[in-house]
Amino acid sequence: MEDFWSNVQPIVYEGRIKVPYSWQAGETASYFLTQLRDQGKIWGKHCPRCTKVLLPPRKSCPFCFVDTDKWVEVSDEGVVETFTLVREGTPLQPLKAPFAYAVILLDGASTGFVHVLSEVEPDEIKEGMRIKAVFAEKRKGSLLDIAYFKPVHS
Amino acid sequence: MERVAIIGMGQTQHAAQRTEVNFPELVYEAVSLALKDAGIGIDGIDNVITTCNDFWDGRTISSMATGDVSGARGKNVSAVEGDGAFGAFYGLTRILSGAYGTTLVTAYSKGSESVPYLITNAAFDPIYMRSLGLDMVTSCALQARRYMKRYGISEEECALVAVKNRGNALANPNAHQGMRITVEDVMRSRRIADPLKLYDISPVSDGAGCIILAREDRAKKIPHRPVWVKGVSFCADAYLLGDRELSECRALEKAAQAAYKMAGIQDPRKEIDVAEISEAFTYQELLWTEGLGFCEKGGGKKLIASGATAKNGDIPVNPSGGLMGAHPVIAAGLIRILEAARQVRGDAGDMQVKKQVQLALAHGVNGVCGQSHCVWVLGRD
Repeated sequence: MEDFWSNVQPIVYEGRIKVPYSWQAGETASYFLTQLRDQGKIWGKHCPRCTKVLLPPRKSCPFCFVDTDKWVEVSDEGVVETFTLVREGTPLQPLKAPFAYAVILLDGASTGFVHVLSEVEPDEIKEGMRIKAVFAEKRKGSLLDIAYFKPVHS
Repeated sequence: MERVAIIGMGQTQHAAQRTEVNFPELVYEAVSLALKDAGIGIDGIDNVITTCNDFWDGRTISSMATGDVSGARGKNVSAVEGDGAFGAFYGLTRILSGAYGTTLVTAYSKGSESVPYLITNAAFDPIYMRSLGLDMVTSCALQARRYMKRYGISEEECALVAVKNRGNALANPNAHQGMRITVEDVMRSRRIADPLKLYDISPVSDGAGCIILAREDRAKKIPHRPVWVKGVSFCADAYLLGDRELSECRALEKAAQAAYKMAGIQDPRKEIDVAEISEAFTYQELLWTEGLGFCEKGGGKKLIASGATAKNGDIPVNPSGGLMGAHPVIAAGLIRILEAARQVRGDAGDMQVKKQVQLALAHGVNGVCGQSHCVWVLGRD
């Protein structure tokens, strides 16, 4: 920016905002996450009106605006609905690029579950490919208690 | 609906980085230009809406930080978090409430001052999504692939959007990514997250925009033709990506249909003369033109390949270069309204389309993968 700076020196103020938050997951997500951590089980929640099994589970149905009712266990296997192969990663990502994100439809669920894929050749990933959850060895009650999904080789 | 017009508009020079102004000063530039354009002073403004996002600004209640430079001191000022097209919607409804004769609406971003992937990652639910590290680019890559697979769209077909819009931006003195590029250049650009490459992705810019809306009786004494709001609507889809069919944009379809009904439009392809839409990624222009009803589902690729959306096509899309030319994030939708309004006034300079513009469309997006869409139809009469 050419001559703006002929008479004045630019000052840049470096901000380092760091504000701690403690987000309560609430009853519904806490049940889902503790089951993931302690049992290695994936639970969705059923909507009495549209009969969808919502994954991740919600207290209310985003489609019908009614309370969900039953817990329904869904499979740790499913199919890839869509994916992206990440070539340039960021430090926030749980895996090092190249790796893939996918929207996954687990058997027994009605909505897509977003997660990462690993143990797979990039060229091998296809829509409709069957995949299975690989659980983390140390589990903390987080979405990353599923370390990643990998192909099911028949 | 009572008649409301856009009587003034101003936008800054957009750039990858504007070092010589801080963000309120950027807003002041746009506001000053809009008042001058309307031929009124700040006393002619009855109330103010600012559009902002605390995370991009690194400041809470960031709307208050731009109150002074929007002339809001001593006035009713409120804020919209999100995109400027939605801020303008709130400004419009305040006039329609009967309480105000004029509303000044601002929107701005200094994208250069933070880290986009950190900010867009924070748009995801912290319990169920955020730890995956998704951001705007990687989540839109999931959508791009879903859409392209469903309708058999190639990366080369999407690349046509980058070629057209970056080419159009060469005629836009406020844009900063005007480029003469080819499909091969897009295909050879760095692969970021398949199928998205560097040139499929809009830049992140520093910039601000401002429009002044007025009730009909206050829109008379201005130095140029008022641009009338003929129809406007917005609609949101579900929050979580897995709850949506990403190959479609149902929220946009619904918003467009409602805006067309209000404007008395039967056939948008024939009746709309020019459109300025928010295509943060190349595939989005194809998908959004389908959602807007300019063609059938999956027909976006044919529409652009036919030349219909070129500057002198029968339905030009983004003659300003759209977001590919400059993308001051929060201001993007407001600048689409402003560019569409300039086309209606016939003062879009080198960007002006050849045909006489009776009706122009503008579109803003808020949320990840087009969760929410705002559609404006503007007209001469």
